[in-house]
Amino acid sequence: MANENYPSANLPPELRALKNHVGKIISGAVVLAVLFTSIYQVGPEEVGVVLQFGKYDRTVTPGLNYKLPLGIEDVYKIPVERQLKQEFGFRTGEVGVRTEYMPASDNLIDEAQMLTGDLNLADVEWVVQYRIHDPYQYLFKVRNAEKSLHDMSEASMRKIVGDRTVNEVLTVGRQEVATRVEEFLQSLANEYELGITIDQVVLQDVNPPDAVRPSFNAVNQAQQQRETLINEALSDFNRVIPRARGAALETIERAEGFALNRVNRAEGEADRFTSIYEEYILAPEVTKKRLYLETMSNILPNIGSKVIMDDNGNNVLPLLQMQPGTSRTMEVSN
Amino acid sequence: MKQSVFYALLIAAAVIGLIGYSSIFIVDETHQAIITQFGKPVGEPVTEPGLNYKIPLIQRVSYFDKRFLEWDGDANQVPTLDKTFIFVDTYARWEIVNPLQFFIRLRDEQGGQSRLDDILDGETRNAVASHELLELVRSSNRNPEDTEEVLAELDQLEDINVGRDQIEDMVLEKANERTADLGIRVLDFRFKRINYVEEVRQRIFERMISERNRISELFRSEGEGEALRIAGEKERELNRIESEAVREADQIRGRAEARATSIYAAAYNRNNGTRDLFDFLRTMETYEDTFDDETTIILSTESEFYRYLRGLE
Repeated sequence: MANENYPSANLPPELRALKNHVGKIISGAVVLAVLFTSIYQVGPEEVGVVLQFGKYDRTVTPGLNYKLPLGIEDVYKIPVERQLKQEFGFRTGEVGVRTEYMPASDNLIDEAQMLTGDLNLADVEWVVQYRIHDPYQYLFKVRNAEKSLHDMSEASMRKIVGDRTVNEVLTVGRQEVATRVEEFLQSLANEYELGITIDQVVLQDVNPPDAVRPSFNAVNQAQQQRETLINEALSDFNRVIPRARGAALETIERAEGFALNRVNRAEGEADRFTSIYEEYILAPEVTKKRLYLETMSNILPNIGSKVIMDDNGNNVLPLLQMQPGTSRTMEVSN
Repeated sequence: MKQSVFYALLIAAAVIGLIGYSSIFIVDETHQAIITQFGKPVGEPVTEPGLNYKIPLIQRVSYFDKRFLEWDGDANQVPTLDKTFIFVDTYARWEIVNPLQFFIRLRDEQGGQSRLDDILDGETRNAVASHELLELVRSSNRNPEDTEEVLAELDQLEDINVGRDQIEDMVLEKANERTADLGIRVLDFRFKRINYVEEVRQRIFERMISERNRISELFRSEGEGEALRIAGEKERELNRIESEAVREADQIRGRAEARATSIYAAAYNRNNGTRDLFDFLRTMETYEDTFDDETTIILSTESEFYRYLRGLE
């Protein structure tokens, strides 16, 4: 700025013309520089942290803002409203319509693989979602807060998983593990003044290592097989027992039927007998004879062969032998 | 002449500007600074951010970070007390609490990092070598949740006396003893990753597979046993139901027979007359029931039925 009186004795006319306006050009450039270094925009999801000679001065809200120019004041923009995330054991490829997961590399396996409390191994993939809630702490309390958070997350997950059996981690304990890690990680973040709030820890795939996965699947199959065997036995039970109960009732009902039949018949026969007796007793001899003769006249027409013998006649036997097909012989005498 | 005066002024202005510029320095929020004069620290360290002054040209400023700094250990291969080779990867947070001391002892941050490497790696090795693997992995004696009733016996966590947290604290304490005169403080030391070394890992996989097979067998045999029990129960139920039904049916029949018998007896056994009539009627019925077309009957003319064949007497 001290060169405004620069001598211009023998300069070409173009430069001389330039020289006449040099003051304007320089002041214009200065004004532009001042403007560019003093006006800035803070996005809707951000806040601006303004430092004056390196010392924290103020935090400004979204919109157009001004600061002292030319390096007197500096501004850092921190996206406090944005939810940020870190991935462990996997990396999301392109963020687009579809989320693609990168193939697991050795490095990622090292990141995911950890010891469980029963000294087995499990591959755990998880996501930490967080927000910067205190830009001052985030910027000035910790160097590389993101890296710190990454280290802390790994340590927290291994600490929590290290207190659980591999079965718990793979099955029932998933949610609990995520919750515990979230709590522990938040307490670490507070302790080290990261200025970060943990929104959520989400467990992704939790698997046994590849080499042992078939045997874990075999356990699941065996579990299913157990259920199948039990179900088959139960269905057999269910097929047979209710039917047997019905059959038992049938047996009992049949017996009841028999009993009714038996008693009713007995009563009927007894009543009939009593009725006959009451008449019979009035004239026993005649009634008896009548009944005898009635019976005989019923029977005799149906009988195959009849032999009538007189005491004076010959022996009957030769006669009978001449009759083939005779199987039964009955002698009735009164 | 006028021109040379102008140049002289210009140079003077530049020199004054330079001196002015080198006499002020800015310490920002993240840093602290010490001033050295010919390499020797002078005055108090500057820990407050803002604009500061020094004697130009002869004093220099060294800046140090004021924030919590990261220290990331290398993955070390160390045997535990129970002779298992593992990789241990650690991290720590540290800060420069006394920049003057730090400057004298370690010069700069790189010096600090490499001294921390020595101290923390060494302490990590000691701690790992004097504890069992289980103690490094676990931090409490919690009881695992049952995933399956039959696995309750297998899913046990052995008790530990010392845990991960205590071991980390021990390393931290020892490290701080050794860094006390370096102007730094280690705030936090943690195991980031612990894993078996490759050869051991293969053995672990084999063990895990055999363990899983054991569990598979357990499930299968449990299923078979349970199925057999149910089949037995089915047989028992079946026999109970059937025999109870037969018993009851026989009891019902017996009672009915008894009742029928008493009814008959009451009717037939009243007196000699009823007995006689019953005998007669029964005999007649028997005749009717037993004689058919294959029967040969020989009747004497003596009989009641044919006696009139001989003629009337």
